[in-house]
Amino acid sequence: MRTVIVELADGIADLVHDGDLVALEGFTHLIPFAAGHEIIRQGRRDLALARMTPDVIYDQLIGMGCASRLIFSWGGNPGVGSLHRFRDAVQNGWPVPLELEEHSHAGMANRYVAGASGLPFAVLRGYAGTDLTEHVKPISCPFTGELLTAVPALRPDVAVVHAQRADRRGNVQLWGITGIQKEAVLAASRSLVTVEEIVDELEPVAGQVVLPGWAVTAVAEAPGGAHPSYAMGYSDRDNDAYVGWDEISRDRGRFTDWMREHVLEAA
Amino acid sequence: MTTGYTDDEMMTVAAARRLRDGAVCFVGIGLPSTAANLARRTHAPGLVLVYESGCLGAKPDRLPLSIGDGELAATADAVVSVPEVFNYWLQPGRIDVGFLGAAQIDRYANINTTVIGSYDHPRVRLPGAGGAPEIAACCREVVVVLRHSARAFVERVDFVTSVGYGDGPGHRERLGLPGAGPRLVVTDLGIMEPDPDTCELTLTQLHPGLTVADVRAATGWDLAVADPVGRTEPPGPDELDVLRALNATIARRGAT
Repeated sequence: MRTVIVELADGIADLVHDGDLVALEGFTHLIPFAAGHEIIRQGRRDLALARMTPDVIYDQLIGMGCASRLIFSWGGNPGVGSLHRFRDAVQNGWPVPLELEEHSHAGMANRYVAGASGLPFAVLRGYAGTDLTEHVKPISCPFTGELLTAVPALRPDVAVVHAQRADRRGNVQLWGITGIQKEAVLAASRSLVTVEEIVDELEPVAGQVVLPGWAVTAVAEAPGGAHPSYAMGYSDRDNDAYVGWDEISRDRGRFTDWMREHVLEAA
Repeated sequence: MTTGYTDDEMMTVAAARRLRDGAVCFVGIGLPSTAANLARRTHAPGLVLVYESGCLGAKPDRLPLSIGDGELAATADAVVSVPEVFNYWLQPGRIDVGFLGAAQIDRYANINTTVIGSYDHPRVRLPGAGGAPEIAACCREVVVVLRHSARAFVERVDFVTSVGYGDGPGHRERLGLPGAGPRLVVTDLGIMEPDPDTCELTLTQLHPGLTVADVRAATGWDLAVADPVGRTEPPGPDELDVLRALNATIARRGAT
């Protein structure tokens, strides 16, 4: 399999379909906002969205009616508070009802690890005694008998992540807080990586993760595509935008106007 | 010199004082992060801060707004992936203190950060678990910091996101949870600790100017009180100066 360098709009059109299980991953750094906005512009519906930390881009996808299901472990505006569109969907079914599948971070991380490893489940010491056990099962260690928790593999139809760089053969390089992106890409059937820039040669960087081109379906150049999150070495986190989102997203009308102006008509 | 201080400042200072120099501390964002960074700049310069974004030994100059601020990665001893931080660092018991916030907490220090009301028809949908369930399970001990009110301190949490002492004595052991559980709950009114026999949260320390009746009125169950109950020293000028300087640095636009 060879990676294809694509335009972002073509990549979304080819790889993300109505009804898909889609993971747009990123752990507060390198959040694929540009790709999420393209999904909104293309009007995808009935998506099952997976993400450890659904934040503002998921609030936007949910508020625009793209998702019918959310698989997650923490849904908030990092450092600011709650997600009002997410809340409105859960509490009032607006604009469409949102079914939840909820885990802990350790559980979600291990679900991706199982998916990336080609295993049906992963094992961890967690969940015991909590009310979060609906989607997990107890399992005893075959060697010691210790009671542990099994979490099912998470295998998205498509993973979408943002990275700093790719080369022309589609090898992808990211660094800084690298989160769960490698596991999400390897767990998924298809993957789309947006990057700050496409270069001739990837210069090594301390702490880097490299995803070989043959493990990635498509790469699209999207400079600034993580804004208002950041890409270490390229941009700073726009904390004011996260703080500002709290007000914008409280009101359905104001949210809808903002999305029209900044996303739907901004392509 | 400063003399006056707010309830939140008292809470943050009281929590920071209980963090031992050299301890390895898994820090949630918000009040826990502020208190841990205050401790690191006062009596505990060797406090090791671990953030769930994978930043081990972060030494931020400014208070991060989120657990993923570039400042944390840039100042960390190591930045590891998210599965690694949970599987290699938290799960085996390498962390001394888990430092958590809460929306609701109950008599047995069980924590709710998921929903207020029923799960299927919540009155308030909260962000959810994040790393807290395994932090509460696996750290050697847990410190919880939250504002005190009868809405937050309830007889039984609406949803057990993270286990404190479950239904009482012996429950953690039956569940196989490796850590000792919440040893300290710090609020803007005082400090509670679990009774060694009953595991019930017990008021052990009152912040200045407050009475036992004040705390009981803000607690949704018949709160046990230690005899004698201790008194918190008010925040010292050094503590307040450092805390205010820290709060003035909360990262905004372009702060990396």
